[in-house]
Amino acid sequence: MPTVTVNGTPVTFGENEKLNCVQAAQRAGMEIPHYCWHPELSVVASCRMCLVEVGDVKPDGSVAMQPKLFPGCQTPVKDGMVVVSNSPKVETAQKATLEYLLLNHPLDCPVCDQAGECGLQDYSYEYGRGYSRLDEPKNLKPDKDYIGEQITLFTDRCIMCTRCVRFTREFSGTGELQVINRGSKEEIDIFPGEPCDNKLSGNVVDLCPVGALCSKDFLYQQRVWWLKGKDSACAGCSNNCSIRIDQNNDTVYRVVPRPNPRLQAGGHFMCDDGRFGWKYVHSENRLTQPSGPGGVTDWTAVLTGVRETLVKGAAESPKRVAAIISPWATVEEAYLLCSYLKGLSPDIRIGLGPVRVVGEDDTYPKDPAGRPVEPVRFTIRAEKCPNRRGVEAVLQHFQGTILQGSQLVKAAGAGELDVVYVLGGDPELGYSDDDVAALSRVKTLIVEDLLASPLTRAATYVLAGGSWAEKDGTIVNHQGLAQAIRRAIRGPGDARQDGRILSELAQRRGLYHATTVRQELAGVVPALAALIVGDLGDEGIDLTGPAAPVATLQTAGSSN
Amino acid sequence: MAVAAQDVIWAEPPKIGFWESTYLPAILTGLGITTKHVINYKPVTLQYPEVEPDLPVHYKGIHRLNRDEKERVKCVACMMCATACPADCITIVAAAAPKDDPLWVDRDKYPASFEIDELKCIYCGMCEEACPCDAIELTHIYDVTGTTRSEMIYDKEKLLAVYDETKNHPKDPPRTHRGALSGTSEFSTLPPLGPATPVLNDDRSAKAPTPGVIRPTH
Repeated sequence: MPTVTVNGTPVTFGENEKLNCVQAAQRAGMEIPHYCWHPELSVVASCRMCLVEVGDVKPDGSVAMQPKLFPGCQTPVKDGMVVVSNSPKVETAQKATLEYLLLNHPLDCPVCDQAGECGLQDYSYEYGRGYSRLDEPKNLKPDKDYIGEQITLFTDRCIMCTRCVRFTREFSGTGELQVINRGSKEEIDIFPGEPCDNKLSGNVVDLCPVGALCSKDFLYQQRVWWLKGKDSACAGCSNNCSIRIDQNNDTVYRVVPRPNPRLQAGGHFMCDDGRFGWKYVHSENRLTQPSGPGGVTDWTAVLTGVRETLVKGAAESPKRVAAIISPWATVEEAYLLCSYLKGLSPDIRIGLGPVRVVGEDDTYPKDPAGRPVEPVRFTIRAEKCPNRRGVEAVLQHFQGTILQGSQLVKAAGAGELDVVYVLGGDPELGYSDDDVAALSRVKTLIVEDLLASPLTRAATYVLAGGSWAEKDGTIVNHQGLAQAIRRAIRGPGDARQDGRILSELAQRRGLYHATTVRQELAGVVPALAALIVGDLGDEGIDLTGPAAPVATLQTAGSSN
Repeated sequence: MAVAAQDVIWAEPPKIGFWESTYLPAILTGLGITTKHVINYKPVTLQYPEVEPDLPVHYKGIHRLNRDEKERVKCVACMMCATACPADCITIVAAAAPKDDPLWVDRDKYPASFEIDELKCIYCGMCEEACPCDAIELTHIYDVTGTTRSEMIYDKEKLLAVYDETKNHPKDPPRTHRGALSGTSEFSTLPPLGPATPVLNDDRSAKAPTPGVIRPTH
C-alpha cells in the first residue's frame, strides 16, 4: 500500500485514492491549517496557510527535501513522500501568512458573530503571533447588506479565500458572487441587482472561515459559545441531511450541516428550506397541552380516555377503528402505535398519512438560465417528509401491505369508521378541508399533532406532540439511510414527545427510551433489523447495505 | 502510590521549658496587648448613617454604563460581561446599530436592551474586567434601595443615568484603560500594548523600544 510520512508518522492510503497533504495529515490525526481549501470545492491554493515542506525518500534511504514550501492543499501525496508541517521553516511561514491575512482584518471580535468559531481566531492562537506589527491605519471597506435575502457581508473581515465564490460557481452553479477589484482593493460582491438568493445560498455563511459572510437570520442573536449543539438530521425533505441543532435555553437559534460521508456532497451542505424552515418549532400556534371531552387538559385523564376509547372500539367492532401514521413520525413512534393497536385487534386498519410532494426534485448545479446541469451534486427532494420509508417498513410488517391514509379518510367520510387515531407531525398538516370534513364525521377522532389546525379543532381528543427537534427517534431517508434524530430542546408548555405519549398510551414499562425501542423493533421488523445496534452513531446506518447485521428476537429489548 | 520510607519526615513536637509550662509569659504578653489597645483607643466603627464611610477608589458598588464621545452608549453588546458574570445577572439583547442614523453610522452592533439585576449581582467586578471597550464599570454607590424586586433590575437608561451622575465624582474615575479591542475605546490615548507571545530575537520588532510594536522613528 502506498505510504506517505507526515511529520514522521506513516500514513497509508489506497492505490487509487487521491489525497492532498491536508487530507493525509487529517488521516494521521494532525492538522495542516487551511482556509481556502474545502473537500467539496476546487483547489485554488490562494490563502497560503497550508504551506508545508515536501520531500522524497531516495532509493539509498536518504530524504531529499524540496527547497521551497508547497501549498499542502494543491500537492497530491504519492508513495514514499515526506510531508513536514511543524518545522521552524513552516512555522515561520504560517506566522507570516497569518500576519498578512490580519493586516487589514479589523479587531472587532466583540461585535463579530463568528467569534468563538472563527478560523482566524483559532489559527492565530495556534500558529500566529500574539501581536501586530502594523502601525498604519487599516484598510476599511464598506459593509454590504444587500448580498442576499439571508446573507450580509462585512467586507473588511474578508480574507479573500474565495470559498463562497467557488461554491456559487461550482456547486450551486448560480455564480452570483464574484471578486471585484484587485490587490488590496479586492472585495467580494454581487452583480448589481443580482442578489445571492439561490436555494443553497445559506451554505456560503458556513463556508466562510471568518465572520465576513453572516446569516441575517442569526445575526446578533446569540454568542456562539452559549449554543449547545445536538447532532440530528433535518426533517425538511426526504434527504434527511445530517445537521447540528444549536440551541440555548430551549430555543433553537440555527441549524448547520454536519459532515456525513454517507450523504450527498459529504453532508457539508444543506438547502435553505431546511436551514431556515424549522421556525414552526417555536410557532405561537403550537399545541401546549392535551385536551379531551369536557375540557380535560390533564395527560393522565386524556390518555386514559383515549385508551378506553380504543380498547372499547377494538372489542366491539375492530373493523371500524383505524389509525393514520404520518410520514413525519419516527420509526419508533410508528412501531409503538402499530404494535399497540395490532395488539388490541389485528383487524384495526393502519394507513400511511399524506406524503406531501411539492414540485419536482430540485437539482444543483444549475446553469445561468436555471436549468439543471449534469453531473448532479445536490438534490432537494420534492417529497417534503422525512420518514416515509421508515413508516412504510413498519406498516408493511404489521399489515402485510401499505394502506394509504386517503382510503381511510374516504372510509371515514362514508361513515364506515367510529374511531380514528391520527398521528401527525407535518407542520403544514397535509390534510385538505375535505379530508378534515370527512374525518370529523367519525364518532371519536384522536389527533396527535404539534400545531393547532382545523383537524385538531375537529378532534375529540387532542394530544400535544413534539416537533422533530424535541424527540428522539430514527428516520429513514429516500435512499434507505437510517439516522438518529435527537431531543435538543424541551417542547412548549405541556407538550410531550410523541414516543413518550405512545409509550404511556400502550402502558409500557419504564420511561420512553428511543434506543431500547429501536432495538426492540429491529428484532420484530425484518426490514429494520440493522437498527439492532441501538446507537446509530453520527453517520447513521444504511438499511439497504449488505453488511446489515441480522437481528434476533432474544437480544431485542431484553434489557428492559 | 505508596510513599517510600526515605521520603517520610517524622515531625517531633517542640519541647516545652519550665516557664512556658507555667503559661505566665503568654498571659503577660496578652495583657500587654490589651493594655496597649486601652491606652491607644482608635474606634473602627462608624456612626452610619450620620457619618458616611470614606470608600477606597477601588470600591465596587452598583454599575454604570459609560457613554462615548458622541454621548452614545459605549457598550457594543459583545456580551463578554454576561458570559463572565458568575451570578448570571446581566441580560443583553443585541441588535444591529441603526445605520440610517448618522450618529450610529460607525457602529455595527449595539445593546437594544441591557439589564442588570442588582439584587442577583455579587459585585465581584468580573464584568468590568471582561469588558473590551470600557463600557461597564462599578461605581462607589452602595446605598441603593427599591420597593420591589423589579425596581432593582437596572435597565440601560438607568445605568446611563448612573454614569451621568458619577462621571465627575472623584471616587469614580474611568478605571479601565486597556480596551483596545473595540471601536469605542480610546485607542489613540493608549500606551502601546505589550505582545501576548514572546518576541523572537531575530524579529525586526525585537529592537524596537517597545518589543513587539514597531513605532515610526520621528
